[in-house]
Amino acid sequence: MEIPYIVDERPDTGIYNAKLGIWLFLASEVMLFGGLFSSYVFLRLGAPVGAFHEWGQELNIPLATLNTLILISSSMTMVMSWVSLKMNDFKKFKLYMALTLLCALCFLVIKYLEYSAKIHHHIYPSTNTFYAIYFTLTGLHGLHIIGGMVVLFYLWVPGSNMWKIKPEQFTNRIEIVGLYWHFVDLVWIFLFPILYLL
Amino acid sequence: MSSGDDVDIQSHIKVYMMVFASLAVLTIVTVSASYLDLTSGEAIFLALVIASIKGSLVACFFMHLISEKALITWVLMLTAGFFFILMFLPMASFIDQAQIG
Repeated sequence: MEIPYIVDERPDTGIYNAKLGIWLFLASEVMLFGGLFSSYVFLRLGAPVGAFHEWGQELNIPLATLNTLILISSSMTMVMSWVSLKMNDFKKFKLYMALTLLCALCFLVIKYLEYSAKIHHHIYPSTNTFYAIYFTLTGLHGLHIIGGMVVLFYLWVPGSNMWKIKPEQFTNRIEIVGLYWHFVDLVWIFLFPILYLL
Repeated sequence: MSSGDDVDIQSHIKVYMMVFASLAVLTIVTVSASYLDLTSGEAIFLALVIASIKGSLVACFFMHLISEKALITWVLMLTAGFFFILMFLPMASFIDQAQIG
């Protein structure tokens, strides 16, 4: 039996089911990160005046800026992979997905270099409240990148066979994973200034 | 695909390119602004305003919220309401403490 409304829009919601599903999931993700952002505000207000800014001076702003630009680029390549399918250009879809995965990998390598430098300088989550929330927020965000990469890789290689038999459903899958990926980019857009610049 | 669809997609690609360029420029603006001689409050306000503009661009255009169905908008408005309550809780706690102190 076919699962209903995976391609066609449901008459009552006006969207296909997977899209409503991913938006509800993203709403729960807003609350997950929201809880941690709230913790950040709590810890910042509780720290001595100017301490958070001073503790954050050890962070590498040029590397984080580069990572921000990489993640923005990955959002662009992600949306272009979906557009490629809309234009029936499967080869371009493959190329843009590969570029998205490459950007994600570069992001993680830079994050690894940042973490290594901190650990080398004996800076851990237990060092102070700033680094406690820094490692928690960036670690959770990094896990989201890894999770997204697993799904992207599946849809790039083994899962892309679906394009031959159910192209519309496959295009919707790419739109869904794209929404998740843009959300991960959106979270970083807020993490970058509050952790590195303020 | 009809030629009309093709023209529509091409115009979408132009929008995506403009959003991408805006996000890159705003990232540089955010970093540059952090080197300005501002008070802590001013710096936080400016950084959050720029981040909000960037976030809105991603949500509206890359995530297509600008043309999304009303149901999604309502779900997100409800989420935003709870998100702001969550953000207000620590501040309310500190205002309360300050009044007691």
